[in-house]
Amino acid sequence: MAASAALSNSITAFKPSPCQPRAASINPLPSIKLPSISSNYPLISHFAPTPKNPTVTPLRSAAAAAPETTNSSTTFHGLCYVVGDNIDTDQIIPAEYLTLVPSNPDEYKKLGSYALCGLPSSYPTRFVEPGEFTSKYSIVIGGDNFGCGSSREHAPVALGAAGVAAVVAESYARIFFRNSVSTGEVYPLESEVRICEECKTGDVVTVEFGESRLINHTTGKEYKLKPIGDAGPVIEAGGIFAYARKTGMISN
Amino acid sequence: MASSSAIASSSAPFINKKDVGLSAFSSQSSFSVQTARQRISKKIVSVMTPQQTQRTPATTGSVKTGMTMTEKILAKASDKPEVSPGDNVWVNVDVLMTHDVCGPGSIGIFKKEFGQNAKVWDREKLVIIPDHYIFTSDERANRNVDILRDFCTEQNIKYFYDIKDLGNFRANPDYKGVCHVALAQEGHCRPGEVLLGTDSHTCTAGAFGQFATGIGNTDAGFVLGTGKILLKVPPTLRFVMDGEMPDYLLAKDLILQIIGEISVAGATYKAMEFVGSTVESLTMEERMTLCNMVVEAGGKNGVIPADKTTYDYLEGRTSVPYEPVYSDEGARYLKEYRFDVSKLEPLVAKPHSPDNRALARECKDVKIDRVYIGSCTGGKTEDFMAAAKVFLASGKKVKVPTFLVPATQKVWMDVYSLPVPGAGGKTCSQIFEEAGCDTPASPSCGACLGGPKDTYARMNEAQANYYLFYRIIDLLLICYRVCVSTTNRNFPGRMGHKEGQIYLASPYTAAASALTGYVTDPREFLQ
Repeated sequence: MAASAALSNSITAFKPSPCQPRAASINPLPSIKLPSISSNYPLISHFAPTPKNPTVTPLRSAAAAAPETTNSSTTFHGLCYVVGDNIDTDQIIPAEYLTLVPSNPDEYKKLGSYALCGLPSSYPTRFVEPGEFTSKYSIVIGGDNFGCGSSREHAPVALGAAGVAAVVAESYARIFFRNSVSTGEVYPLESEVRICEECKTGDVVTVEFGESRLINHTTGKEYKLKPIGDAGPVIEAGGIFAYARKTGMISN
Repeated sequence: MASSSAIASSSAPFINKKDVGLSAFSSQSSFSVQTARQRISKKIVSVMTPQQTQRTPATTGSVKTGMTMTEKILAKASDKPEVSPGDNVWVNVDVLMTHDVCGPGSIGIFKKEFGQNAKVWDREKLVIIPDHYIFTSDERANRNVDILRDFCTEQNIKYFYDIKDLGNFRANPDYKGVCHVALAQEGHCRPGEVLLGTDSHTCTAGAFGQFATGIGNTDAGFVLGTGKILLKVPPTLRFVMDGEMPDYLLAKDLILQIIGEISVAGATYKAMEFVGSTVESLTMEERMTLCNMVVEAGGKNGVIPADKTTYDYLEGRTSVPYEPVYSDEGARYLKEYRFDVSKLEPLVAKPHSPDNRALARECKDVKIDRVYIGSCTGGKTEDFMAAAKVFLASGKKVKVPTFLVPATQKVWMDVYSLPVPGAGGKTCSQIFEEAGCDTPASPSCGACLGGPKDTYARMNEAQANYYLFYRIIDLLLICYRVCVSTTNRNFPGRMGHKEGQIYLASPYTAAASALTGYVTDPREFLQ
């Protein structure tokens, strides 16, 4: 019941729920119940298992993405921006902008305007145009070890704020992957092959969750993606807190 | 209770690492169980875990399968007899650290999710250390420290290392500086515990035989409210380093060797355990350097078994009882790497990746225009001692601007007060002055990660040109800045300008390079 309400609320489920402050130091917070961990507990996992239910509905409409929900799958459709290997968090959001606090809505928006502005000048196309807060590219395609470097959550937040729906890379650095899932900002999807060398910035692509594939309409090629597994529903819910409320781990 | 704690801690210094198998712990198992139970009952303040009538602590000897020390720490912290790589477990957090860059966001999430009046799970287990953007006129940066201060006052946080007078850091007795070094110096790093921080270099604390890793704001917000986090138990890569360490090498060379070997993603999701006679011979600060950079190989945590060196360091720094754990004989490792340290040479990581390994002497033609000694990686007391040793041995002056940023107030004091061995009573600061280095700056993260434009020693110069000519600059290849740095990352833009070239190196190599104006093997001065 509570869960279904949260479900229909989608991203708005991510609203503050006043929890009771700790009364005595020994008392557990009654509003939070953590499940005993079994093998079925949702993995925040790089080595994601095959999802039992491939249905993924969009968590929100990304600025330039055009998510479409069908009965069995979600698709993201838009222009892609292609980067290489080892895109570290300094390139995603340079340290000088870390004074912006992501939990502050105005500063969240501003973080989007700086997304990927740390890329060196070997990238001739800007990800976000000057004066804009969001990017026209809704899908970022990368190589190995995307998001390496610092633990700054500003990195997935900046991408999400810029309107990125999904990153499709060969592999991820651990903390970036986890931050993407915890915040629900972007889907960190893995490709089975090195598509960053076959796609070009500005290509029109579609990501189909149900089929676990990426279609490049500009080149006409299709690529297999690795299933995101149990991390998918967490991102879909809008992050770990929203997911926990939705599934009853935290009462609403 | 008090006596059991005392025994647990006082017996620790006498544990010989090699003897600690199952028997060493079984003799004091009743104490350790008691300590563990006592601790856990305190920890469960806001979260319900499944009821357990009895547990079999992994440390008592009833271990079915051998576990690595990382697995054992996570088993203990999750109240399970054993865990295996891949298990997802809810872990009780012993210490959560945050700083001025990620603290305000974590606090924002905590308040949003747990309520404006919510209290943190334990006011004594949260350590808040402003260190990133301190000596700046950037208003937002200053505001962020104010947010931390207000929160610590409101929550009555026990460990908040505040700074109010930005004009003179020494007027702030509470101010420490770089969080990872301050955590160690203030006794917050303890064997067997779980330490999380909103900073990727939190892994530094693994040097104390604990599980330490970096997390994001949202996870930190969750920990603030519950004291718990869901972690996947990582498999362990084991690095055995034996052989006598040549006197021209430092731990920085060892970790650059390893990252060069396994790449910047070679340890992604994995624990890196460092053992062997060389590691045993390292000081605590050198062990910290080793663990500090595991994240540069993608590692989840780095860990070094606690021993007498660890206990000696902790003596007088903490009164909290701790319980070291060690890998079992039959522990399973994903892979084992062996190094004969006596055969290694001074290394650098060339731009723009920490795994772009090269011998320092192979880069002798690389002209540089600045040297930076500082950060959580290379700004500790011994790092400055090492640099001073090279300057002293050469008797020469530096040929390029040499910036010195002590990590913490304590390090700064050491630089100005500790005599350098063989220098006739001279301190590091005197030797640096005679060598023509910049005056040691106020302790903070400084220019290691760029920061606001007015950050001391930030690589700015090319930036003005960049704005003017940014289409032409990569064609003309002008205005490049080349820095040899004792820091940890050399990705594009890390220290300010995107086209700045950073060579990561040990303090020996950095000092030697300052003396010649080129990337230089320290053996030119140390032999």
